[in-house]
Amino acid sequence: MSLPTDTGHFGQFGGRFVPEALQAALAELTEAFDAAWADPSYHAELEKLQRDYSGRPTPITVAGNFSRQCGNATILLKREDLNHTGAHKINNVLGQALLTKRMGKTRVIAETGAGQHGVATATAAALLGLECRVYMGEVDTQRQALNVARMQLLGAEVYAVAAGSRTLKDAMNEAMRDWVTTVEDTHYLIGTVGGPHPFPYLVRELQRVISTEARRQMIAEHGGLPDYVAACVGGGSNAIGMFYDFIEDPSVGLYGFEAEGEGIATGRHAATITAGSPGVLHGARTYVLQDEEGQTIESHSISAGLDYPGVGPEHAWLATTGRAVYEPVTDADAMDAFKQLTRTEGIIPAIESAHAVAGAKRLGLRLAQERPDLHPKILVCLSGRGDKDVATAFDWFGLPGVPDKTVGGLE
Amino acid sequence: MSSFTDAARLGNTGAVVSSCLDAGRPALVGYLPVGYPCVAQSMEAFRAVVEGSDGRGADIVEIGIPYSDPLMDGLVIQHATVKARARGVHTRDAFTAAETVAATGAAPMVMTYWNLIEAYGPDRFARDLASAGGRGVITPDLPPDDCPEWFEASDAHNLDRVFLIAPSSTDERIALTMGSCRGWVYATSVMGVTGARSATSDAAPVIVGRARAIDPTVPVGIGLGVSNGAQAAEIGGYADLVIVGSALLKCLDSDGADMPGDLRRLRALSGELAAGVASARP
Ligand SMILES: Cc1ncc(COP(=O)(O)O)c(C=O)c1O
Repeated sequence: MSLPTDTGHFGQFGGRFVPEALQAALAELTEAFDAAWADPSYHAELEKLQRDYSGRPTPITVAGNFSRQCGNATILLKREDLNHTGAHKINNVLGQALLTKRMGKTRVIAETGAGQHGVATATAAALLGLECRVYMGEVDTQRQALNVARMQLLGAEVYAVAAGSRTLKDAMNEAMRDWVTTVEDTHYLIGTVGGPHPFPYLVRELQRVISTEARRQMIAEHGGLPDYVAACVGGGSNAIGMFYDFIEDPSVGLYGFEAEGEGIATGRHAATITAGSPGVLHGARTYVLQDEEGQTIESHSISAGLDYPGVGPEHAWLATTGRAVYEPVTDADAMDAFKQLTRTEGIIPAIESAHAVAGAKRLGLRLAQERPDLHPKILVCLSGRGDKDVATAFDWFGLPGVPDKTVGGLE
Repeated sequence: MSSFTDAARLGNTGAVVSSCLDAGRPALVGYLPVGYPCVAQSMEAFRAVVEGSDGRGADIVEIGIPYSDPLMDGLVIQHATVKARARGVHTRDAFTAAETVAATGAAPMVMTYWNLIEAYGPDRFARDLASAGGRGVITPDLPPDDCPEWFEASDAHNLDRVFLIAPSSTDERIALTMGSCRGWVYATSVMGVTGARSATSDAAPVIVGRARAIDPTVPVGIGLGVSNGAQAAEIGGYADLVIVGSALLKCLDSDGADMPGDLRRLRALSGELAAGVASARP
């Protein structure tokens, strides 16, 4: 059976737990998406944008040097960082922005953590002539100041949200509240596979291009299917995009890496599947970091894009059924991987993506112990590039930020 | 006279509405969050909303449970509930509030986002609320077509179930929602979040009319944006319940520093609203 069901359920997860005022908009959106998805002209328009504007297909890079640190494993990188605007987020945004136009709406709102989804939304809004407002937790506007500036240059209004944990969760609350009021002319362009139905389904279908391409590329250029596929999981959009076309391949292990922040035991983490419990957040039943009364617990991660106490309901389902495995990766391990990949391959990953790289390395080393005869191919979704994270990395590594040496002019 | 006669549909709180209508006026519903300014002071506030200035205030009291992610709430309620949580309010305090309200003779209901009930356990929540004198629960983010466990729990403990309809609701969803309600249905007068507004909404009479035409067996309440006696009178001219929240909460603006003054204002507004609904149907 293909999921979700008509009502947006993945087993016991999913659904539409939102104020009634939004139910009509969600029904309209479902209908509009289904119609568009069945319409060759929508696909033609989307594929043209993906190719000529975003730069798809993205290549797969064999990380030969980095692989030497990963046991017997070969690490291959699906280069979503090479997309226009620097992350996988643009895949989803182009599809939803086209849909916004089809629905006759003139304004988009979005929530953003790392700012990549906000930048992608502002970009598509500029391209397609839509008004755009982006909600961003106040903490994130500080740690991702570069992306705030990019959004503003692109013509979007950026609203800092000073409620709650002042991160992605609160930006999403504010965007929902905006949408309840403006749903007539506004599309809420959700940036991940979370929220009420149809978003988890719609965003998955739009991100699925990652695995559709990767699967074909692996078979055509890299000797066959990978043994493992890995991705970082915030809300889970790059992960579901990377997993989806491999779900029916039983030989392929699926690994999602969540942000463990300072460690599960410290309580300062964002490892929702590892340490959360089933509940309702932002319109869907899923795994949630919550206290025993059902109040959401604030998450922590060095990466703004993973700093979210919920997860897409389809991941909750894949975890429950055991089809995918979810493991946490600490800030420290992610930052080590960030540096190693940068130094060995000349690729600066987003800190979000560095969680997947760190998890893949750990998996490679573990397999070398458990199954020394194997030479596994681990395909990692490199969801974004790290330009936005340079300031965070500077702080983390204590870099001086000045040239190493001053030398005189040529004699 | 009330045209609502089906006792099974009216439950506990619909019966209160029906008797108000028999007396020639709509019912007044007052909302406050439990725990603001603090748990103890919020109990005084609930009493003040029922008693009004001269012993006549709200007929039904909505006890809001503060929640970390309030999708439907505007700033006034958000500010109060953030403080209430920081000051240590718990789900169970809603049951104490229900006892407090029940002791005044008004009908206590709880308004809560679903996750808090789910975490408490739907059956246990319904049981504890009912035994505290609670009469029903309003769930703004629970889709009536996706909650069999809530039907079971609310039936088992004889609690009313109130769901929301909105100006954007299709006729089909209005029918489904009203069919799922026991007591009354909560119609939001505007597309938007909670908050007092200076003008009443043109959409309010329209949504009431649509709801009545679709299901005449359940009373229709109007909420979101009502702020004074004149608006209460106007809306009470066509709605069966007039629901006021943010405007009442605004009376508590000393944040607990001047509770006597705040309560005086709260009683005065509640009295004014009660007089408003009393004059709604001359
Ligand atoms: C580069 C990058 N990767 C991953 C994420 C996490 O989101 P998701 O789990 O939806 O892919 C983000 C979110 O901002 C991001 O910017």
